[in-house]
Amino acid sequence: MPETQPETSTIEDERGILSLYERRKPVYKRTITVTEVGLLGFLVVIGLGPLLWLGKAAITPTRDTLREPMALWPNGFDFANLGTAWNHENLDHYFLNTLAVAGGSWAGQLLVATTAGYALSVLRPRYGKILTAMVLGTMLVPAVVLLVPLYLTVLDVPGLQISLINSFWAVWLPAAASPFNVILVKRFFDNLPREVFEAAMVDGAGPFRLFWSIVLPMSRPILGVVSVFAVVAAWKDFLWPLLVLPDPDKQPLSVRLPVLAEVIQLDVLLAALFISTLIPVVLFLVFQRFFLRGAGLSGAVKG
Amino acid sequence: MSVTDRAAPGAADVQKPPEVRRQTKGVRGNGLATVIFLLPMLIAFGVFSWYPIGRSLLMSVQQTNLISPAEFVGLENYRYVLQDPDLWTAVRNTGYFAALALVFGYPIPLLLAVLMSEVRRWRGIYTALAYLPVVVPPVVAVLLWKFFYDGGPDGVFNTLLGWIGLGPYAWLNSSSLAMPSLVLEATWAAAGGTVIIYLAALTAVPPELYDAAEVDGASIWQKVWHVTLPQLRGVLLVTLILQLIGTAQVFLEPYLFTGGGPSNATLTVLLLIYNYAFGSSLSGDFGAATAASVMLATVLALLSALYFRLTRAWSQ
Repeated sequence: MPETQPETSTIEDERGILSLYERRKPVYKRTITVTEVGLLGFLVVIGLGPLLWLGKAAITPTRDTLREPMALWPNGFDFANLGTAWNHENLDHYFLNTLAVAGGSWAGQLLVATTAGYALSVLRPRYGKILTAMVLGTMLVPAVVLLVPLYLTVLDVPGLQISLINSFWAVWLPAAASPFNVILVKRFFDNLPREVFEAAMVDGAGPFRLFWSIVLPMSRPILGVVSVFAVVAAWKDFLWPLLVLPDPDKQPLSVRLPVLAEVIQLDVLLAALFISTLIPVVLFLVFQRFFLRGAGLSGAVKG
Repeated sequence: MSVTDRAAPGAADVQKPPEVRRQTKGVRGNGLATVIFLLPMLIAFGVFSWYPIGRSLLMSVQQTNLISPAEFVGLENYRYVLQDPDLWTAVRNTGYFAALALVFGYPIPLLLAVLMSEVRRWRGIYTALAYLPVVVPPVVAVLLWKFFYDGGPDGVFNTLLGWIGLGPYAWLNSSSLAMPSLVLEATWAAAGGTVIIYLAALTAVPPELYDAAEVDGASIWQKVWHVTLPQLRGVLLVTLILQLIGTAQVFLEPYLFTGGGPSNATLTVLLLIYNYAFGSSLSGDFGAATAASVMLATVLALLSALYFRLTRAWSQ
């Protein structure tokens, strides 16, 4: 395999299923154009359509949305919905909670994955293989089997006699135990050139210096992927924070929105949904490369 | 090396055997520093992964509800769960969900990816559009679609279908339409991710194979059928298994859309487990919940093992 895969934008001259000759044939040319336009139209309707609708509904009075949901132009606009959702329904507070949940999970996952990856790949203690096998083994255990025992563990942390319920640690710590991250980072470190490490050691770098000044700076691509995974997973998570953060004051957006859906005005709810969607969508558009790079790998996370 | 080149078939080349690694004497540490570096992992995995895994096996043979002390009951929890008629409803529903998800969600991303891989201009826009639904937070997606599924004649979907003279349908309130409605939303939310996996695999198909097929006079369809699809065989199998593992654990959609109703039509296995443990405010039946979890996990572990075997066979 090549060192780097061609980016999607530079493959214009490469052949796919159709040969360059076939592409130029007038008979095919029209079919190709029609297919491309049709495909684009389909993707716009499916991918963008619901979000555009949500954007319109967010600034439309409830009455109009209920009576004529598909009207292109509502009778009046109600921009106040967005402000009401953000300030009056405390969306800002739940948003901060989501940020706290995502930020802590990110830091924890990065810490565990890099230190463990470094120890297992570079320092390689004698018992390293057993540990690697134990981490791999947890990948075979689906998340569902851990739901109840993990909940009871958080309720009464062994050895500490404390409960983490209603503390962000209850989300951060289990998230940090991600076998996928550890294996991914370890595999990446395995492929770094050993000669560099040896040279650094000869120059007198200890294991900490080697980790901080050599290994980590060489690992930016994989750290980016792990970061996107961590933040996206924390942002999406629903069941676990629902269980361990029963206090509404601590709950992230994902847990709070279904509760709000039952009690607030429809237009304000749709505005709230719009705001909650806008942030990840903007992040996606900015960091698209990392998202899509990770998407190919994400398969294994679900296991 | 970059991460990109592992994108598709490498999905778990995580598994490569260690001899691939450059074997130099190198840095080797059994000392204190190594232990310090391992500490975060040992704490995180020890307390929040290895310990609960062991505990779940123990709990499935205990009577536990946090109020009275745990008591050994043998296989009683398993017997209770297996005799619960709701379990079989949940298993049937989950199987139905998985089957529908295969019918909707398996061919569509493949078709989209094959067509998209042939697009030469602005491919990035196509990819971004296809992936957009994946970025929408799942809870938002469900709440939004719940509104779309409004059963009245002015519901969003009913309005759309009304234009071509169909409906109105009751969607989530109909016991026959509720499950397909859930699957439709789940497919919309997940298809983009699968498209990206297929796209990466499609770019990895060696162009020489198509050249060779053309020399033999293959038409476009013949190229797709005899070159593209066989080349994707491995990836198709992996996404199939991953989809089965995912759908077997479906929770969010039935929980938020219907709460398992109407009349248990969308009760899934994970929702049942949740109800056992956390459904009643009095005291959860953690024993039954873990017994059901262990049984579901056994099925899933078999699928995962198959997945690991396949991806390992691949990367060698």
